[in-house]
Amino acid sequence: MTKLGFYPGCSLTGSSREYNESILVISKAAGIELVEIPDWNCCGATAAHNLNHELSVSLPARNLALAELAEMEELVVPCAACYNRLVMTQHELNENESLLATVSEKLQYKLKNDIKILNVVQFLEKYILPQLDELVKKPLSEDVACYYGCLLVRPNKVMKDARFEDPMSMDLIMQKLGAKAIDWPFKTECCGAGFSVSKTEIVGELSGRIVRSAVDRGAKAIVVACPMCHSNLDMRRPAIESYLKRKVDIPVIYITQAIALAMGLTPKQAGLQRHFVPVNLSVTQN
Amino acid sequence: MSKSVGQFTGVDVVECYQCGKCTAGCPVADKMDIRPSVVMRMLQSGDAASEDELLRSLSIWLCLTCETCYSRCPMELDIPKVMDYLRQRSLAEGKVHKDARDIVAFHKSFLNSIESNGRLHEVGLVIDYKLHSGNLLQDVTTAPGMFSRGKLHILPEQIKDKKGLKRLFKNQDKNKKS
Repeated sequence: MTKLGFYPGCSLTGSSREYNESILVISKAAGIELVEIPDWNCCGATAAHNLNHELSVSLPARNLALAELAEMEELVVPCAACYNRLVMTQHELNENESLLATVSEKLQYKLKNDIKILNVVQFLEKYILPQLDELVKKPLSEDVACYYGCLLVRPNKVMKDARFEDPMSMDLIMQKLGAKAIDWPFKTECCGAGFSVSKTEIVGELSGRIVRSAVDRGAKAIVVACPMCHSNLDMRRPAIESYLKRKVDIPVIYITQAIALAMGLTPKQAGLQRHFVPVNLSVTQN
Repeated sequence: MSKSVGQFTGVDVVECYQCGKCTAGCPVADKMDIRPSVVMRMLQSGDAASEDELLRSLSIWLCLTCETCYSRCPMELDIPKVMDYLRQRSLAEGKVHKDARDIVAFHKSFLNSIESNGRLHEVGLVIDYKLHSGNLLQDVTTAPGMFSRGKLHILPEQIKDKKGLKRLFKNQDKNKKS
């Protein structure tokens, strides 16, 4: 069994626990054990980098230090926001020696800072895709809109996805599952992210435009890889509908849930019962 | 201020040649009082009145750090990082725009939750935010749905190494980088 380091982050223990459940269940089916960083802490998210630069680096750095102490070589980070903070921290500490010194002193640990951090798509490409032909039992058949959001592809100077305006990595995975990934212009538009609570009406508008485009282009589901994108498109559906002035019932699923369903796992194993917008796809019917 | 912006962010604002791509791609530009390209222009001017206006603007708090501007900037200027710098200055100098108080209250509640638990406690965050923002009735219809779907925990998850965590929050030289 392959063992990999794992940083779930706070959302995956609460509001997006179906993301956690689905990545764990598909990893297990593929013979991979995801081992949590012992005693991990919150990455600081938007709050830290908006209000306090040092914390925005030292909080993620503590997790990197704990992963090094646990001798992890690769770290899987499914939450796009946590992934972004961890990668940006690694990048910033490699560029800025005095910051590295400050943070090392606070952590009482000298970071090697060379751990390989994988986002969900990189993890799927490296560890799940090679086995996918054998693992897919119930192919999907719907047209889907792959929604990447901001943090998987930007800042592109650090994330280094050559197609940062029109990424294809999730589209290719969904095609392998049997779905048709539609061409649409909102793949990397912002959903409103951290304004879910403090400026809900802005989330309704930004997410509303994304959902409208997916529906108008014939998608039957939106596929995501970020807890903030998911909760804004799913849980904030009332704000979206009030912006669009119409009902929209398109479901929003994590890419890991799509894989779980295609593997023949049950909707419950994929965590679909935790969504606000009900998920009805051909594979969820018996 | 352009010199201190450079020290904090590594961005030399003089390099901006006002093409406007940042503003064109910004998802919240239509809600901003000062749009991203104008923020850059005002930083170039370097006068105290512009600086004060920027720190009191709503724009700096509406920036979602989606990084679209940075990825499209022909000079590769890290505008979101400039926004981070302006936000931290605005907060430190007590110049936060009145319509941004909810946003700042939310971020503060978020950091409070991390400081006390090590991990974010979503229930605690929302209660703390409601008390600080005064938006007591917000999301009363969403919370029951989250509970019934198993998405909310009554009690926070706590990390063990509270001492190590405390060190990260203590003795910060906030002026060092500004």
